[in-house]
Amino acid sequence: MDYTASLYATGAEIGLSIAGLILLLVSAWTGTRYARLVTILAAAALFGAMIFSGHLMAESTAELTGDAFGGLFRADAFAGFAKILIYAATIACLVVTPKFFDARRQYRSEYPVLMLFGAVGMGMMVSAVDLLTLYIGLELSSLASYVLASFARDDMRSSEAGLKYFILGALASGILLYGMSLVYGFAGSTNYLAIRIAFADGFGTGAMFGVVFVLAGLAFKVSAVPFHMWTPDVYEGAPTPVTAFFASAPKVAAVVVLARMALDPFAGQIASWQQIVIFAALASIVVGALGAIGQNSLKRVLAYSSINNVGFILIGLAAASAAGASAMLVYLAIYVPMTIGSFAALLMLRDEDGNALETFDDIAGLVTRRPAIAWSLLLLMFSLAGIPPLFGFWGKFVVFQAAVEADMIALAAIGIAASVIGAFYYLKFVKVMFFDDRTERGIATSPAGHWAVLILAAVIVSPLGYLLTQPLGAWADRAATSLFIPV
Amino acid sequence: MIGIEHYLVVGAILFVLGVLGIFLNRKNIIVILMAIELILLAVNINLVAFSAFLGDMIGQIFAMFVLTVAAGEAAIGLAILVIYFRGRGTIAVDDVDRLKG
Repeated sequence: MDYTASLYATGAEIGLSIAGLILLLVSAWTGTRYARLVTILAAAALFGAMIFSGHLMAESTAELTGDAFGGLFRADAFAGFAKILIYAATIACLVVTPKFFDARRQYRSEYPVLMLFGAVGMGMMVSAVDLLTLYIGLELSSLASYVLASFARDDMRSSEAGLKYFILGALASGILLYGMSLVYGFAGSTNYLAIRIAFADGFGTGAMFGVVFVLAGLAFKVSAVPFHMWTPDVYEGAPTPVTAFFASAPKVAAVVVLARMALDPFAGQIASWQQIVIFAALASIVVGALGAIGQNSLKRVLAYSSINNVGFILIGLAAASAAGASAMLVYLAIYVPMTIGSFAALLMLRDEDGNALETFDDIAGLVTRRPAIAWSLLLLMFSLAGIPPLFGFWGKFVVFQAAVEADMIALAAIGIAASVIGAFYYLKFVKVMFFDDRTERGIATSPAGHWAVLILAAVIVSPLGYLLTQPLGAWADRAATSLFIPV
Repeated sequence: MIGIEHYLVVGAILFVLGVLGIFLNRKNIIVILMAIELILLAVNINLVAFSAFLGDMIGQIFAMFVLTVAAGEAAIGLAILVIYFRGRGTIAVDDVDRLKG
């Protein structure tokens, strides 16, 4: 690949970086005055990057066309699919943010800039085919996330969430990096293809340590059990739009990186990582289902819900087949609107003084006070629980189908049983909203942007979503095949 | 004769010290930041040792990137620590307990 082609392949990330740098200068010079305008421009840049990624994905061919910049970066259909999801999720989170901070006069133009840099980092991560690119992308998105988590400076919970996220995130990066150094040492290269060739005959003890450390570091980033303990605290403490962002875009990026890692450089030794992934998948499903039961904070419940969902996604990875990878992508594409919609509904629940209503007690009898929000939440919760007429069921169905096709019937059976436990707290939402006595706290009217995101998400997860199964499946299959290239 | 394994052992010891420093430390958060630096140092020793042993430059380039990112990470960590201290007036590890479930 020559230099022009390399620049073209990295076009979305380069464009976003330039947009981020320009907007950073604008916000440095104008302060908070044009924060709204900066947000709109950032969203426009992300939209452009999304279109460009879609275009690259459409014209990418199944066979390996060569990696950009001497084997550092690959713009294949797999990365393209992830980037479209990541940029779309970031745009949705940008749309709901300004009104949230307006109530407290805390909105600043650094916020969209940080989101933009976070998105660039994630775009680099999913395209990385070299440990070095992966590390830089991961750190770029992590460093932006640490600052975003503690963005509401006056709120003690926000700065505590930022601190916890920073410490545990830095530890995870350290573990991942230590694993990378071992993989580099025992494979003799940082390039994915070279690692795959070097490990074709099996891992030695040192390399096995490296692989386990790398997988543990990535499990931390996707918040899979046993590395999930930061998730509820950070999700509860961070400002709600930031939580929506954490639950969507970085999760897509980390899951896709994990899949590429497992199925590209470590593809020769599937048996040695498969057990780790199966354990993480089952443990995440069970802990995500049981952990949420005693919680009263809605954000904590959604945090456990995201842990639970990661478990289902990892079942697709455990299948270690093209069908499994495709099922993961379909699940992710359904999970992102579900989770962003839930958080948008949470954002709309605030009393007349602007205080957030964040506990089960606050949403008692919501259907008589805000029927539209309550019915949308009903759709989203039933969909998260995987109840058939809704679109969330399709995601679980394809994942379990892939597991069964890969002869992992026990795994699928345990997963289905645990998802029934998980249905408990989704149904609790519905029970509290529809059947409990209403509380007397009023609810403020919601801005149009929040309505737009909530209604769009509700429509996607409603049975109308099934109209999307055909194109979604085709694109996911295409993306998954591009991952499975023989050496 | 000092071989590659000696460097790896030093790296592993530093890494374990760093991880233990994060989990066993009950006093203050600055010590945690130091422990994180220790982990990154262990990684750098590994990378440079492997690089010299393999006769391959990539490891040293990687180490340069790690150093740079570590500086940025420390800056952000200290910034978050400063706003935390402003609000709470303490940086003792045991006081970080507002968020619980």
